[in-house]
Amino acid sequence: MPKTKALTGGEAVAEAMRQVNPEVVAAYPITPQTIIMEKFSEFVADGIVDTELICVESEHSAMSACVGASAAGIRTMTASSSAGLALMWEILGVASGLRLPIVMPIVNRALSGPINIHCDHSDSMGCRDHGWIQIYSENAQEAYENTLLAVRLAEKVLLPAMVCQDGFITSHGVENVKIFEDDKVRKFLGSYKPNKPLLDVNNPVTYGPLQLTDYYFETKRQQEPAMEEAKNSYLQIGKELSKITGSEYGYFEEYQLKDAKAAIVVLNSTAGTAKAVIDKLRKNGKKVGLLKPKLFRPFPYKEIGNALKNIGSIAVLDRSESYGAYAPLFSEIKNACYDTKSKAKLHSCIFGLGGKNIYESDIESIFDKLLTNKLKDKEYIGVR
Amino acid sequence: MAEKKLKSWKEIPIGGLIDEPASALKFKTGDWRTFRPRWIIEKCTQCMICPPSCPDYCIPTKTDEKGNIKRLETNFDYCKGCGICAEVCPFKAIVMEGESKFIK
Repeated sequence: MPKTKALTGGEAVAEAMRQVNPEVVAAYPITPQTIIMEKFSEFVADGIVDTELICVESEHSAMSACVGASAAGIRTMTASSSAGLALMWEILGVASGLRLPIVMPIVNRALSGPINIHCDHSDSMGCRDHGWIQIYSENAQEAYENTLLAVRLAEKVLLPAMVCQDGFITSHGVENVKIFEDDKVRKFLGSYKPNKPLLDVNNPVTYGPLQLTDYYFETKRQQEPAMEEAKNSYLQIGKELSKITGSEYGYFEEYQLKDAKAAIVVLNSTAGTAKAVIDKLRKNGKKVGLLKPKLFRPFPYKEIGNALKNIGSIAVLDRSESYGAYAPLFSEIKNACYDTKSKAKLHSCIFGLGGKNIYESDIESIFDKLLTNKLKDKEYIGVR
Repeated sequence: MAEKKLKSWKEIPIGGLIDEPASALKFKTGDWRTFRPRWIIEKCTQCMICPPSCPDYCIPTKTDEKGNIKRLETNFDYCKGCGICAEVCPFKAIVMEGESKFIK
């Protein structure tokens, strides 16, 4: 029987890491990711896991240590947020370029400046084109299960993966979380069989050589089919995990979407708020729905385009801004809708930067404006 | 140097990995050269100062049956034209000349 525990989103991910029992974890503390590593370092101190926990002097070093450990041929994890993730930026590309399946839970937090510790998605969106798989999680349960899925997915396609959850809202909010049986989860995880590990002295290999005009482009060209494979493998591995958890691991979740006239597209915890609003509006006969993307990299353009094909008007809520350009999620949704020749009216709503709250009334107002054609092409929600 | 046939992205190990030891031997770095050392045999006294001065071991030597060591022509597959050999030669038996002179 799975155990139901009262856990924060951070602790739930630490439970996943306990079950993964990675050989190496290298991490540097940063709010609000700390809640994951605090719990995980307790597991290390209590001898519950066999992990070598490397306490490094910065996130640049944390990811560098992970690159070395993963190249050596072992399961490797870290976790980060905001400025920490930004400091890793250079080595994130090394991890994906060298095809090392490092798994990193991300607790989304705003980037400086001004300095701010609260939730928005600027950090993970900032590295969305850096060759990492990205999975977004609505709540603690999803963050826990997505972490397990990410380990298998990363190892299958040899790409690093980040699993995102909302800072404080999810990471520090206590929920009932079902932790599935260790033996079942570990059977699902299996053991990691590395591709040509660095420490196999009988078959010596070189990781990370200089590649100039002769081979760099060819090596980078290999990353795209790996992402395509990740898209298929995500569903397959999700089906396997589903046998333990009973959850579904689609590219996205549809909520009251099939007959909706107006829909919201939003990532992570705000999708939960949107569902509550949809329930209320549906009782009043308003046909509103939600599409919550889960897999953001690789992005399922065709599938999302088809799911939104018959919706009249759509508001895409971004918790980050791409200054001087379409916001990250809006941009992808617009592309997806173009591919399916959708006639939907698309609106971009920026909300919640630096942890600014979004309320049910805000989302209700967006739906009302969508249904009455009053929503502007671009709106800022909750800003004075 | 002759144009090498390079492999396609489908043929190389993933992630830029090199899965063959000592493959650097196959990488001929002589085409980096802009100056070439010309060895003037008539002036050379076989003093043996230049061979160990080469940072890339590009000046091969041969020992005959009497135990006399002699240098041979520079290995231009690896010589990068740094000019150290010309600098250390006490007899001006090595002169640096523009590589373009030698390219046909």
